This record gives sequence, C-alpha cells and structure tokens, in this order.
Amino acid sequence: MTVQTAPTGTAADQAKSKELSFLGALQANMRDYGLLLALILIMVFFQYFTAGVLFKPVNLTNIILQNSYIIVMALGMLLVIVAGHIDLSVGSVSGFVGALAAMLMVGWRFPPEFAFLANPIVAGIICLVVGAIIGAAQGYLIAYHKIPSFIVTLAGMLIFKGLSLAILAGKSVGPFPAEFQLLSAGFIPDVIGPTTLVAASEGVQPLVLHTTTMVIAILAVVGTVFFAIRSRARRKARGYDVEPFSLFVVKNLVIAALVLFFAYMLASYRGLPNVLVVMGVLIAFFVFLTKRMTFGRRIYALGGNLKAAALSGIKTERTTFYIFAIMGALAALAGMIYAARLNSATPKAGQGLELDVIAAVFIGGASALGGVGAVAGAVIGAFIMGVMNNGMSIMGVNIDWQQMIKGVVLLAAVFFDLYNKNRSA
Amino acid sequence: MTKTILEMRSITKTFPGVKALSDVNLDVREGEIHAICGENGAGKSTLMKVLSGVYPHGSYEGQIVYNGEEQHFRTIRDSERKGIVIIHQELALVPLLSIAENIFLGNEQAKGGVIDWDETRDGARKLLAMVGLNEDPDTLVTNLGLGKQQLVEIAKALSKQVQLLILDEPTASLSEKDSQALLDLLLEFKKQGITSIIISHKLNEISRIADRVTVIRDGRTIETMDTNEITEDRIITSMVGRSLEDRYPNREPKIGETILEVKDWSVYHPQHRDRQVIKNINITLRKGEVVGIAGLMGSGRTEFAMSLFGKSWGQKITGDVIMNGKKVDTSTVERAIRSGIAYATEDRKHFGLNLIDHIKHNVTIANLPGVSRWGVIDDLAELDVANDYRKKTNIRSSSVYQVTGNLSGGNQQKVVLSKWLYANPDVLILDEPTRGIDVGAKYEIYTIINQLAAQGKAILVISSEMPELLGITDRLYVMNEGRIVGEMPTSEASQEKIMRSIVRAEGKAS
Repeated sequence: MTVQTAPTGTAADQAKSKELSFLGALQANMRDYGLLLALILIMVFFQYFTAGVLFKPVNLTNIILQNSYIIVMALGMLLVIVAGHIDLSVGSVSGFVGALAAMLMVGWRFPPEFAFLANPIVAGIICLVVGAIIGAAQGYLIAYHKIPSFIVTLAGMLIFKGLSLAILAGKSVGPFPAEFQLLSAGFIPDVIGPTTLVAASEGVQPLVLHTTTMVIAILAVVGTVFFAIRSRARRKARGYDVEPFSLFVVKNLVIAALVLFFAYMLASYRGLPNVLVVMGVLIAFFVFLTKRMTFGRRIYALGGNLKAAALSGIKTERTTFYIFAIMGALAALAGMIYAARLNSATPKAGQGLELDVIAAVFIGGASALGGVGAVAGAVIGAFIMGVMNNGMSIMGVNIDWQQMIKGVVLLAAVFFDLYNKNRSA
Repeated sequence: MTKTILEMRSITKTFPGVKALSDVNLDVREGEIHAICGENGAGKSTLMKVLSGVYPHGSYEGQIVYNGEEQHFRTIRDSERKGIVIIHQELALVPLLSIAENIFLGNEQAKGGVIDWDETRDGARKLLAMVGLNEDPDTLVTNLGLGKQQLVEIAKALSKQVQLLILDEPTASLSEKDSQALLDLLLEFKKQGITSIIISHKLNEISRIADRVTVIRDGRTIETMDTNEITEDRIITSMVGRSLEDRYPNREPKIGETILEVKDWSVYHPQHRDRQVIKNINITLRKGEVVGIAGLMGSGRTEFAMSLFGKSWGQKITGDVIMNGKKVDTSTVERAIRSGIAYATEDRKHFGLNLIDHIKHNVTIANLPGVSRWGVIDDLAELDVANDYRKKTNIRSSSVYQVTGNLSGGNQQKVVLSKWLYANPDVLILDEPTRGIDVGAKYEIYTIINQLAAQGKAILVISSEMPELLGITDRLYVMNEGRIVGEMPTSEASQEKIMRSIVRAEGKAS
C-alpha cells in the first residue's frame, strides 16, 4: 500500500472494463426507470379512459402549458428541499410578481420619461430581479440568522399574498400586451415551412407538420445519442464498467422514440410552444447544475450533513442564500408565465401552487430530510400530477375526488420509495 | 459451578446477500461479567439485537434459552419484561426532559394515565443513589456530561428490574475517570447478582473486569476464555485470526524544519463569553514529524484543534498561525484548508461524513476544484481519484459507489482520511483517529500516518489512548484545562510521566 497525495490517474494495474449484466444494471436503475414507467402507465391509463382524448395533439400541448409554471418552480424547489429546507412562499411570490408585471405593463400610467418601464422586456427583467431579491431576502434570514425556512417562508407567503392584493387593489388587471402573451400562448415560428403529409381532400383530415419542430427534435435526439455514445466510450477507455450494450441501445431507442413521438404530436398541432423552449433550457441547465457542477454537489453535501459540509470548507451559509435567491427568480418567472397564460393578473393567482410544487418534488423521490433528490424526478413528478389533473378533468371526475386521488398518489409514491429503500438497506 | 442464565445456540442471521452470524454460540453464567470482543463488523451488535428482540423471533435461526426456558422475543419490550436490558452506544435519552422523566420514559409512574410526580422523583432519587449519581432528578439531561448521561441510562435499566444488563461500548466516549467509575459500578452490580454483558474494544478494561470473554470473528464464535486464560494478546490473536506482533508499525522519523507555529492561542467558550477555554497555547510542528497531544477528556484538545481550523469552535479567538515562516489566515475552514491545514474530526458520523452519500462524493468534497474546471466536475477524473484513494487507504467496500453509512467504523475513518489526503494539506490534525475501530484497522491507519510523515507532512494526533500516542508519535504535548502543561520527546515519555504532568498542573492550578 502506498499513500500519495496526487492521484495517479489511470493506474497500470487497472482492471479491464467490464459490462454489467443486463438484469443487474436494470435492477440497479429500477428506481430511476420506475418513475418514468409510472408516468407512462398513468398516461396509457388516461388515454384509455378518456377515449383517446389525452394523446390528441391539442391536449398534449395543453398539458405542457398547464404545468409549465409548476415545473419551473419545481426546479428551484428541488434545490431547496435537497438542501434540507422548504419554501412555502413560492405560490404567493409568483402571484405577487404576476401582479407586479400587470401593473408595470398595464396598470400604472408612467410619465413619458419612465414609459420604458412598461416595455414587456424591461418589465420582465424587473420582475425577475424583484423575485430574486425576495428570495435573497428570505434566504438571508434563513442562512445567516438561522431562522427555520418553514417559518420565514410561511411569513413570506402571508406577506406576498397581502402585497398582491394591495397593488392590484383587489381587482383583476389585464389584458397584457401581445408580446408578453407570447410567453405562454406563443409557438416558435416555422422558419422552414410546413410539411404536408396528408392533403386535405373529401372525407380526409389534413395532416400538416410543423417542420422546424421536427428538425429541432431530431437534432436533440442525435445530440443526446452522440453524447451518450461518447461518454460510454470514454468510460470504457478509462477501464470502468459500463452498462451492457443491449440495455444501452434499448434505453436510447426508448428515449429517442418518446421524444420523437411527442415532437410529432406537437408538430401536428402548432409546433413547439415558446414556454416549452424556456422550460427545456431550464431543465437541461438544472440537470447539469445538480449532476456536474460544484455548486450542485455542495447542495447535496450540505443537505446530507450540514456540519460535515461546513468542516469540509463549504460555505454553507452562502450556498443556502443563493439557493433561495434562485428559487425567488424562478417563482417570478413562473408568476409571469401564469399571468401571461390567463392574460390577466388576479389577486388569487398563485395561491396554493406551492403545495403542487412541493408535491411534485416529493413524488420525484426527494427526501424530506434533505440530501436526496433529482431534477428529472421532480419534472416527472410534476408531469404525473399534471397528467392526472388533465385526465381526470376530461373524464369529468369531480374536483373533490380529484383532490383526494392526488393526495393518495402523493402518499403512495413516497411510501413506495421508502419501502424500496428499506428493502435494499 | 454457577448456573447458566443465558444460552444462545447456533444463532444464524442472514441479511440479503450477507451472512451476518453463522452458528454463533454464547453462554453466560449467572452473576458474571461476560465480555464480547471482535473487530468492527464481526457481528457483536447483530448478536445483541437478536438477543433483545430487535430482530424478532423467526428472522433468525437457532435458540435462545434464558433462565432455562426457550424464548421467542418479538420486540424489545418482550425481552425487557424478562429483565434483559440493552444500553446502546448511542444513548437513547431525550435531552430536553429531566433525569426523572427519562428514567421512567415508557414506564411512567402513573395512575390512570396521570403521572404521580412525587413517586417519579422519589423513585428516580433511589435509582440515582444506586448508580452513584448525585444530581437532582429534575435536572435536564442535556445539562449532564456524557459520563453522567451513561449513568442515567443505567438507572433507567435498573428501573426495569434488570437481571441481564447489556452494554454496547459503554466507555467509548467517556473520560478515563468516568470509565473507571462505570467499571466499578459494574463490579458493584455483580455483587448484587446482576449479570452483565459488555461489548468493548478497550482490552485493558476487559481484562480488568471480565470474568469470561467470548471472541467473535466474521460472524462466528472463535472461543470463550475463562478468567485465568484472559490476556490482551490472546484476545487480539483470536480477534484478528493471527497474532499481531507489533501493534504499531515501525518508522524511521525524518524530521525537517519547522512548518507550523501557533502562538498565544486563546479561545473563549461559544456560549459563556467569560469562560476562557484555551489559554495561551504555543506549539510548533516540523516537517515529517508526528506530534501527539495527550490529556484527559475535557482538557480542551478538540476545542483547540477546531478553533484553529477555521474558527469552527469558540469565540474571541486570538493568536497567530505561522506556516513556513509566514502568518496565515485560518479564520474560515476554506482559508484554513487553502493555508494547508486539515482537521479530521473525532466524530466522523456527525462532523466527518455525509452518511447518505457514497464514497466517491465524500472523498472529493473538501477539494472539488481538484476535479473540476470552471465549476464543472469532470466525473471520470473524480472516479479516478476516488478509486485511487480507495485502493491507497484500503477501504473495504463493493465499489466507490457504496454509501458511507453502510461501512464499518474503520472503513468510514479511512474515507475521512482519504478526504483530507486528497485536500493535500501540509499539516494534518487527526482527532481520535482510531476511536471505536478494531485492531486491524488501527494498524492500517497508523501505517497511513507513517507514510504521510515520510512524505514530509506534519501530523498532530489527538488521542485519549496513551499507549497509542506513545506508539506512534515522535514528540508529545500534554494538555490540561486549556493549557499546555508539558512537552517531551516520546522516547522519554511514559504513561506515568504524562499523568504526572497533568497532576502537577492540577496541583498548581488549585
């Protein structure tokens, strides 16, 4: 045994790269695949019980639009929960920022020299900054003054609920300028031009595809597969075990098929919604942040053991502060998406959303004790809730039943997760 | 021949994939103190969990015969009803309840659900007298030291009409004095006819109080020794399966120039502003040197080290830290690490590891910039580092993806060491580096320390085990009540000499 302080990199006596067995690798990742499988099963279930309405292009587009603001906030909430905290204020903050956006663009009459404030882009930036400042203020109290996040954000929830009522003077304010509405109601332009698969003729529905959407989807699939192959090759070259080739192929084929299928559905309606582009970029960034960046790693470390993280040189207070600032900015973005979708800001906007967001993160496998959770899980969790809302509404299930069923699903998801963990421990 | 009170016959307990116990036999005679020894992970705690009903009847094979009857314990309550009480290493007291409330927790002195406080206090007072703890029963447990908390646990056990008392490493976190008191208490209980089973790593304690010793290795009973057969060497040989000629690896010290100087270091208690805990400490460390700090529990050694390492303990900290002749800033942990200082904690579970994460992430966390660029981690480089240190420090695990919470104490300690080795410090402070780990793993850790010293690093070892300090260090500081009260080359030191410096200092202080 020799002890050196510099890593020797690829050691000479390194074992040859091995492929794990198909079943073994499948079992090891069952937890990750299980959640996706659950989502697919739920979709198939509702496809059947809504007599095929769920998978109609217009409805799929709707599901995305309806859940975009939940998913945007779930990204931030995941960081908050992994760090061992909670943020109850996000619903109210998003409502407040939506109200602020409405007042900036529509409600307040600025003198001419300040008229630029009503510009949708300027107003949007102001809203994001205000959201980040709100989050930072709460984060400051939580991180540096050690007030429990539950209490700080509970107070924030009440404060911003009141503030949105105050600035809207209890009324709905709208409609928004057309540019702002594009955030939620717009679709990316088809720069390539539509492709007609089935021309309109007697007794036949026309089928016209949004070509740009398909091209983007194909590029995304090719890019993903390229990076997957490269990463696998690099692992192998460095002598590390890789998953069996068969599983690798199956996994990539399934993902590619799913992406292309949904892209096809969207393309046969009106193409990629703008908000999906925003969401996609954010999801990709947060996956990267949590999996590959030192900032993300430090969040897991401090959520797993705060004292050990501090004694490892992690600035735990500053990290916590940033997490809440990010959460605030995301709540602001969600608030704007929500307002743009309704095309008005109402005093009730955003209320109770925090619960849907938190539920999505927990369904996605995050631990209430901190230190555990994944972005992909939170996104799938949000979609599970979203598809259930949508499917049950189409089926005409009463709202009272919907609430109860969602509650049971949340409990079942967490129960199943804990059961699995105990069994493997 | 006294009668056998407990017999465990051919106990086999399997967890998915692992056989934790296979065909273990244990017989305990009435009124004796029976010690169980074994390396970490040998199966001692599992055996006690089988006995006390934590693992219910049916989840294991074999028989438990207690007082001549076969028992089928399904819960801890079942075994407690028969007078078997287990006191775990991690105490199970509620800190913000009083001593009396803790003693009768789950067994409240109540009529119809209404607590009789007079009865509770009187009962507690009687039990406290039996364990020799002179405290008001209304004192909150959080205000007691660890040694006294241990006594409260024992009082709680007595309240349950204990016949067979099981103690899992009772002295692991106690000071020398408290340990002695506890061992004396066990001898006292023995006179009253209470049988005890004690699990311990401290062989000197075992040879002092145990009537018989059973050694377990790799989930099997190796042997049971009678009083006249017990020697430390024989226990060690049975535990590790080979004889350890030398408990400390040999080393040729190559000592260079001074690397670290600490001057006039003073620290005040974090809660009590007026209490000075560390008083004007001056120490120096040289390259390639292993220096020990000896002292009793509570002498301020950990507090000194933590205050030095990024002001992680205390307030109103004054004094200078000089590395390689230059004054350095160690006011935050990050700056201390950057100055070349690392501190491996005495409490790896609470301060050292993220127990829910795997080895790889724990090894790199104190030096993430080493495996990343622009804040982006290169996961293959990280994997290389983790595998490298897993091999170098000989961490026994299925892979670097094993969660650290599932490792044995010795392997956890190696992960902590790996983390600090990868941070590449010039000065490494090791606080109780071998606490609660077995003889084999200890030897491996000493070897790592020697190799680090050979590379020219300075190592400061804080330890409560004097033989360990005498075995591995070059020079010793003796600390008492926040002061350095003695300094000596290890070649001239002995346990008596260290104790004499402490006692002399106490005489001067009073």
